[in-house]
Amino acid sequence: MPDWEGARLHVVSGKGGTGKTTVAAALAMALAAEGRRTLLVEVEERQGIAELFGIAALPYEERRIASVAPGALGAIGAREPRGTRGAKREGEVFALAIDIEQALLEYLEMFYKLGRAGKALRKVGFIDFATTIAPGLRDVLLTGKACEAVRRKGPDGRLLYDAVVMDAPPTGRVSRFLNINTEVAGLARFGPIFTQSQAVMRVIRSPETMVHLVTLLEEMPVQETVDGVADLRAAGLPVGGVIVNMVRPPVLDEAAVLAAEGDHTEELALALADAGVGARPGRGGTRRAVPAATRKLVEPLLAQGREHAARVLLEREQRADVQALKLPTYELPLLAGGVDLGGLYRLAAALKEQGAA
Amino acid sequence: MSTSPKKTGPDKAATDKSAPEKTGAEKIASEKAGADKAGPAQLHDPLAARQLDVDALIDDPETAIVVCCGSGGVGKTTTAAALGLRAAERGRKVVVLTIDPARRLAQSMGLTELDNTPRVVKGVGGTGELQAMMLDMKRTFDEVVLAHADPVRARQIMDNPFYQSLSTGFAGTQEYMAMEKLGQLQAEGSWDLIIVDTPPSRSALDFLDAPNRLGSFLDGRLIRILMAPAKVGGRSAMKFLNVGMSMFTGILGKVLGANVLQDLSTFVTAMDSMFGGFRERADRTYRLLQAPGTAFLVVAAPERDALREAAYFVDRLETDRMPLAGLVLNRVHSTGAPQLTAERALAAAETLESPDQEDGTASPEISAETEVLAAGLLRLHAERMQRITRERRMRDRFVSIYPDVPVVEVPALAGDVHDLDGLREIGERLNRR
Repeated sequence: MPDWEGARLHVVSGKGGTGKTTVAAALAMALAAEGRRTLLVEVEERQGIAELFGIAALPYEERRIASVAPGALGAIGAREPRGTRGAKREGEVFALAIDIEQALLEYLEMFYKLGRAGKALRKVGFIDFATTIAPGLRDVLLTGKACEAVRRKGPDGRLLYDAVVMDAPPTGRVSRFLNINTEVAGLARFGPIFTQSQAVMRVIRSPETMVHLVTLLEEMPVQETVDGVADLRAAGLPVGGVIVNMVRPPVLDEAAVLAAEGDHTEELALALADAGVGARPGRGGTRRAVPAATRKLVEPLLAQGREHAARVLLEREQRADVQALKLPTYELPLLAGGVDLGGLYRLAAALKEQGAA
Repeated sequence: MSTSPKKTGPDKAATDKSAPEKTGAEKIASEKAGADKAGPAQLHDPLAARQLDVDALIDDPETAIVVCCGSGGVGKTTTAAALGLRAAERGRKVVVLTIDPARRLAQSMGLTELDNTPRVVKGVGGTGELQAMMLDMKRTFDEVVLAHADPVRARQIMDNPFYQSLSTGFAGTQEYMAMEKLGQLQAEGSWDLIIVDTPPSRSALDFLDAPNRLGSFLDGRLIRILMAPAKVGGRSAMKFLNVGMSMFTGILGKVLGANVLQDLSTFVTAMDSMFGGFRERADRTYRLLQAPGTAFLVVAAPERDALREAAYFVDRLETDRMPLAGLVLNRVHSTGAPQLTAERALAAAETLESPDQEDGTASPEISAETEVLAAGLLRLHAERMQRITRERRMRDRFVSIYPDVPVVEVPALAGDVHDLDGLREIGERLNRR
């Protein structure tokens, strides 16, 4: 059974530069496997989803951006012995880039049937005011929209989306972002915004919601993750898992590099010459003589090896810090050359394989 | 007059240019993710970027302010701190304003508490002096209020729930307060070089909008509507609504709830006396940033996303006629063995790893461990060469779009920086030819 069975709103946060958007997209794809339908929501008006999928800027409407063919992320139904609903159907990922101004107008329309008065509000500057100056209102609208999608039902009476994944603000701001409803409730003790905030907060604090944090095996992102988990807990928000992104496979460990120092460099030079590096000596012939060109390579290669070993060591410490959080942890490989659609499928498959979906 | 103050689309800077030409940021972005199947690494740069001379910049007595901007995770804070240290050790009296430094980096500069005042950094050599501080945005905001309102009014403002949210939670307050603090430090005049780190987001340049945003807000009708109840002396929200001044008050009351409207109206009225001061300060900071003594450094890493953000910043600074000194390209990889290509390194690694060598003569002098090590080192090298190729391609792309922007590349360090020696090393690398 997947680790987050029952969760329907997945909030993905992380320090800037850790690949939040990529992980959120991969998670939405992983959750869409086995014929499910998911919605990937973007709240920062950056068009990061469009960027990632290499498509034109997304309008403020839910659009299908990817499909997940049966078996695309691993064995079909491997985790679904029931063989029920849609094991053979195609999964669908929809995306929504929330435009704050339109979300506000939509909200006003929904609750107050303002019609042209809504446009008049824009004229006096209310929209600008409400979305940039009025604290909290912006965040209520954003989280409210995501929560609405979580609850929305299709024409068949069933929930429209099996899961909603939100590409949320960075770790430093996420607690406040999600908790702002409480803050608004402090400002507005009655009235429609208060009611709306309370409704949103109920979804966010329910077992349906999970906040996942993305990190790298580097000091600052890990520190921020540890702090972020503490903040979320202090705010009574549901902490989900930690996704360690861009993990590079260790090629060499420290011991191997240390072993090469001193007496072994000659042997190393021989091995390199043997493999035809630096020059192309006749094989089997005068192999014992290491060409000068090969000899020149030994030190730079060893230097790179030492650097690598230092990094492996550093990553080990960071990994230990992540593990000390005692949260479900997933690791995603670094995709050399950046993330394209194929890469997203790979990451989605990795998440699924590790039980995140 | 409603200028839309907030629209952070990728094409913001482009809107002024009439042609359908792409912005630099878009050109950078159009580099396809998978398009860089690594070819052989170029040994010589096809495009000679203009070299950014960092020492000349920080040594120049005319340089009074350096603003470091760039997306999150590119080493902006470290760069700001390293520049500060180097400038101080080269004889200048420097203050570094950091926004949110990594804990150990903060400790290395003696920033153990967030008290919103510059502290002398110990262990700095040379004839200059280095001070550093962390921004406390709430306290900075409070200082502004206290500077512009009498104590009673100030208390009223600070107790208002809207103020409390605005001063701690509002996205944009941090940017605004960073600039406010910059203005304060500059006015104090105790330093001859101020280095500012900016908040880690695209909105890092939102402060450029502050004067306009504030202006359109203050000149708007909304503010008059919100201030109306207090002005006519009505204290209860019901009374306010009954005045029936306009349809908007009714709608606002309905949407926000009457009590919110009243809090808001009290807040706006209380702040009214300060708005002039606010606008004036914002205008002053804006002009300060355009002044000849200011230099912007855009910080990036040689990766697609970071360079796209860098391009966005460069475009934006140009639009606002802010003085750009150049691009700091952090974490650039290099190798001591450029002559060995990725392909040959990989082929050799495979040779070493194949169980039976074709000539059948296993070399007795070479242990199995050494063969594994040699193969590993070769694979690492191949990885490194591919990375260098990718990074060069990204950099060249930027340079060809922005040929006039001077660039300095900073070789990658193996680990994180958390002491003055590490910062010194970065300073060295910022100036290595």
